[in-house]
Amino acid sequence: MSLYFTKEHEWLRVDGDVAVVGISKHAAEALGDIVFAETPEAGRDLSKGDDAAVVESVKAASDVYAPASGEVLEGNEALADNPGLVNEDPEGEGWFFKMKLANQGELDGMMDEAAYRAWCETL
Amino acid sequence: MANNPSGWAPKSPEVAEGHDVETVTGNRALMLEEPLLFEIGATDQCGVDIDPAGNAPTRLGGLERGSVDLPGLSEPQAVRHYTRLSRQNYGIDLGVFPLGSCTMKHNPRLNEKVARLPGFADVHPLQPVDTVQGALECIEKLGDWLIKLTGMHSVAMSPKAGAHGELCGLLCIRAALEARGDARKVVLVPESAHGTNPATAAFCGYRVENIPANDAGRVDLDALKARLGPDVAAVMITNPNTCGLFEPDMKAISDAVHTAGALVYCDGANFNAIVGRVRPGDLGIDAMHINLHKTFSTPHGGGGPGAGPVVLSEAVAPYAPLPYVRKSGDGYELVEEENAGDSDSFGRMVAFHGQMGMFTRALAYMLSHGADGLKQVAEDAVLNANYVLRRMEDLLDAPYAHSGPCMHEAIFSDRGFAEGLSTLDLAKGLIDEGFHPMTMYFPLVVHGAMLVEPTETESRDGLDQFITAFRHVAKRAREGDETLKQAPLYAPRRRLDETLAARQPVLAYKTPAPDGSSTGLGAKYGGG
Repeated sequence: MSLYFTKEHEWLRVDGDVAVVGISKHAAEALGDIVFAETPEAGRDLSKGDDAAVVESVKAASDVYAPASGEVLEGNEALADNPGLVNEDPEGEGWFFKMKLANQGELDGMMDEAAYRAWCETL
Repeated sequence: MANNPSGWAPKSPEVAEGHDVETVTGNRALMLEEPLLFEIGATDQCGVDIDPAGNAPTRLGGLERGSVDLPGLSEPQAVRHYTRLSRQNYGIDLGVFPLGSCTMKHNPRLNEKVARLPGFADVHPLQPVDTVQGALECIEKLGDWLIKLTGMHSVAMSPKAGAHGELCGLLCIRAALEARGDARKVVLVPESAHGTNPATAAFCGYRVENIPANDAGRVDLDALKARLGPDVAAVMITNPNTCGLFEPDMKAISDAVHTAGALVYCDGANFNAIVGRVRPGDLGIDAMHINLHKTFSTPHGGGGPGAGPVVLSEAVAPYAPLPYVRKSGDGYELVEEENAGDSDSFGRMVAFHGQMGMFTRALAYMLSHGADGLKQVAEDAVLNANYVLRRMEDLLDAPYAHSGPCMHEAIFSDRGFAEGLSTLDLAKGLIDEGFHPMTMYFPLVVHGAMLVEPTETESRDGLDQFITAFRHVAKRAREGDETLKQAPLYAPRRRLDETLAARQPVLAYKTPAPDGSSTGLGAKYGGG
């Protein structure tokens, strides 16, 4: 299992061809208290860069992009009742959706954890 | 600088320091606590003496409504309730209202006088047209002013607010593209645009794509050009943009968009900065809404009513909505479906003709200012914003101040605040100082944004008072004054828990249980 990050502050925890996707701790902190999260339905086909989910905080609303192409396997239903999970555990329990990756090659351009954290320091 | 610089006050008996006398009512002299309407009036009583209906037969066939649990209040009870609440409110009639991108300017009382003339105030939209010639002339004349001020081909008067005007403009654009058999799918919206722009495009069925801003806070022209193509229907640009900056490349942007076969929508919410100085028609705009409740001083806030006429280029004008006012001989007529003939109009946006009360006010504003006065409005609004910018930039980070003067609004970021203090804390501190805060956390391109739009309404003295308070609170934020996190200390209510309010909104009143186990506001998760 390996962890990847994007410049859009999403993370992917990849196991075989299945990826769990969420937003990084840095993104969750920048957004502030999350008050609403909408996750995609299972079966939806996503292309890399599509709007996949919506996250709304007391400060702002923004889209969560599909970091890679593939089919949605499951949205995190716990977020509907408790969007605060994204603040409490952004890179764990606060995941947004699981997807089946269509093209593993898309992971190549992403950062590993150390590179991502270092890049955040420069922002 | 205190608001009472002479310090005069009537002589009062001494009260021992720190002796805080509790009142039994919770009131503090003229600072009155006020319960909810439901707590004042019982649902089984009526505030007006009406004889009971007796046993007269109803003709409702059993469809009579039972109790709807509304409290019964007398007129004085209701009047006092809302008057008391209004004393806890803040409005443009009370002081500086620097809400960026909202153009909260003074509503001249002359406008109100004109709007209350019976010939305007009492007209009905279904009156015969020959009895409302004056009202139609007013609409036509206002439209003519808007066309001349913007240098555009024509105007659609009926949209009832800014976002409604955006929808109207984009529907015209879509109709124009479809009429040439070229339905396109994508609308480009720069990061510095108003938040309603992408919403409008999505509502019209377009896919929205962002165009980044450059380091100077303007549209990245090269990025825009690179994205233009046969799938792009329109570009929606706010000019001046939400960073308070003029887009100097506007003509080049329009030319590039037109060359690519697309059309240009301009968000006119910030027209106050350029009215009388710049004609959007000269910049290649195809459609632009104008918020009469911003630039043209009609009342604004509290939910309206707004008015959002849309000026249109020759290319999209044929698709404008019905009805509209047309000169006919010596008088005016309304062009409706019946008499529109072979019209290309995309349809209708509202039942009638638009927001008459706002038309009369806006026209009164234009006529009382004249063309030269409107030009001065823009100049003074820009001068005031630059005064705020330059008086604050040593204390607050002003990310675009280096790129020259701003337009009608000055933008600052939270860079330089002490650890743990935020834009929200500064805004709450301003409330304690007796000012409505500026727009915050918008636009998103600036971290912890504070967007200040003073408008031309403020005098130099008024601005100096605001700036003194703003500087004081900004210093506290920089120096890490922890008490700022407690602000507001002196508002009728302390800081509210916005997160809880958004996650578990209480949307309905519930009668408290008799044993006191729940209060009227105790309902969880949406109040049931």
